[in-house]
Amino acid sequence: MIEVKNIYKSFRDKNILKDISITFEQGKTNLIIGQSGSGKTVLLKSIVGLHEVDKGQIIYDNKIFSSMKHVERKKIRKKIGMVFQGGALFDSSTVIENVMFPLKMFTEMTKQEMEKRAKFCLERVDLRDIEDLYPSETSGGMQKRIAIARAIVLEPKYLFFDEPNSGLDPKTAIIIDKLIKELTVDFNTVTVINTHDMNSVAEIGDNIAFIYKGRKWWSGNNEEIFTANNKELNDFVFATKLMREVRNFKLKN
Amino acid sequence: MNVLYQIGKYFYFLAKIFKKPEKRKIYLYLIFDEIDKLGINSIGIVFIISIFLGAVVTLQTAYNISSPLIPLWLVGLTARDSMILEFSSTIVGLILAGKVGANVASEIGMMRVNEQIEALEIMGVNSSSYLVLPKIIATVLFFPILTIFSMIVGIGGGYFSAFITDALPTDDFLMGIRYWFHPFYITYSVIKTLVFAFVITSVSAYQGYFVKGGAVEVGKASTRGVVYSSILILLVNVILTELLLK
Ligand SMILES: Nc1ncnc2c1ncn2[C@@H]1O[C@H](COP(=O)(O)OP(=O)(O)OP(=O)(O)O)[C@@H](O)[C@H]1O
Ligand SMILES: [Mg+2]
Repeated sequence: MIEVKNIYKSFRDKNILKDISITFEQGKTNLIIGQSGSGKTVLLKSIVGLHEVDKGQIIYDNKIFSSMKHVERKKIRKKIGMVFQGGALFDSSTVIENVMFPLKMFTEMTKQEMEKRAKFCLERVDLRDIEDLYPSETSGGMQKRIAIARAIVLEPKYLFFDEPNSGLDPKTAIIIDKLIKELTVDFNTVTVINTHDMNSVAEIGDNIAFIYKGRKWWSGNNEEIFTANNKELNDFVFATKLMREVRNFKLKN
Repeated sequence: MNVLYQIGKYFYFLAKIFKKPEKRKIYLYLIFDEIDKLGINSIGIVFIISIFLGAVVTLQTAYNISSPLIPLWLVGLTARDSMILEFSSTIVGLILAGKVGANVASEIGMMRVNEQIEALEIMGVNSSSYLVLPKIIATVLFFPILTIFSMIVGIGGGYFSAFITDALPTDDFLMGIRYWFHPFYITYSVIKTLVFAFVITSVSAYQGYFVKGGAVEVGKASTRGVVYSSILILLVNVILTELLLK
């Protein structure tokens, strides 16, 4: 479980996050949704400590991460897997080197063991025979999956995804969503996902927190979100005609 | 105020780079990789520049000596000392500031804007040390070799120019380059190069590491890396010359 308690974050004089409190459950896919620029990425990066929060606490399984020293944080960081908005693959290394990287840095495995583990993780995300390509030689959807393979290679307890299916076609996006869900259940991770994709919300929204202008404006699950009585949330969720039709359909039944 | 802030941040960055490295074995591999990328790869340009500089210095000195009282072998001596004392280290330093500086700043800058640096940090890797220390060690080890290479090639260029023109007889040139030789000049030049290598690599890495924004900013950082390294090289050059040759 990860608990975020009353955190604030500002850059210079701009307040980005204001008094945000959310609990992320283990074995569940916890979604953070909100408009572009609402502060989702800043929130995610604050939770993992890439940004220092100005106020408030971040607690990983009863350990207060936000007040830890760098050395202590490193221990927790080794249990974190993160997939960045753009994949953040090392472009001068091949696919398999990318996936093996955390093993190389933090384990004493032999080369064969590392390759075996990396291949296993690549297969887990449905990638085969691309080990020796460079990331730039693969498609956007593949890069996302390579990044996921790298994130799970050390069997993390906490998984973070920043817009895992932005820039992907709907079918590939669903595949990625399902994969995230499976990994979460299989490894029993605390999974936190930033998204503004309504398909993801419907598919894998176990817990959803809606961020509006830097505040947590609403929270619930993917059933409740269709019936919620919250203007800003409704404006966001039902921005498209398709989603409005989905709502009407749901309300009728 | 901003300048002071930048300088402070630079030294803080240096401190982080030299904070206990991650696994040694990996660093060793990275250092060889960087020697290849930043060092071996620069041999070509150092060769071309040095051979022409050596030739030009020799020809200019020869054509400027018109008095029969000055022996022609002085041309060889002048060419040798100019190459060893100044051209090899400073010119090579400036060239490498352009080539290596731009390379380091843009590589690290791209890693910053693509969130690769954050990806390293999140894994618990000390990104500044992992990315920059191997580059610093590689250039500090290899640039002195390039400097000595440049001296030899430059003097060779001088001989070559004497050979293909009638500016002076090659025998005079050969006599000149053996006359009154101070081995310390080489030491002096090597020391300068060590400092240049450190300055170029760390300053350019600093520019890349703290990039904010996108590709345009990376381009700007890369330019700043080159400009600041060049200015610092000239400054350090004066200071070291005063300290070492006094
Ligand atoms: N390092 C930073 N320094 C200053 N301001 C920042 C920084 N990072 C983000 N911001 C600002 O914080 C606000 C929220 O940005 P954030 O990237 O969190 O949005 P987001 O919800 O992730 O949007 P998107 O869906 O487009 O990714 C933006 O106004 C942005 O300009
Ligand atoms: Mg974002």
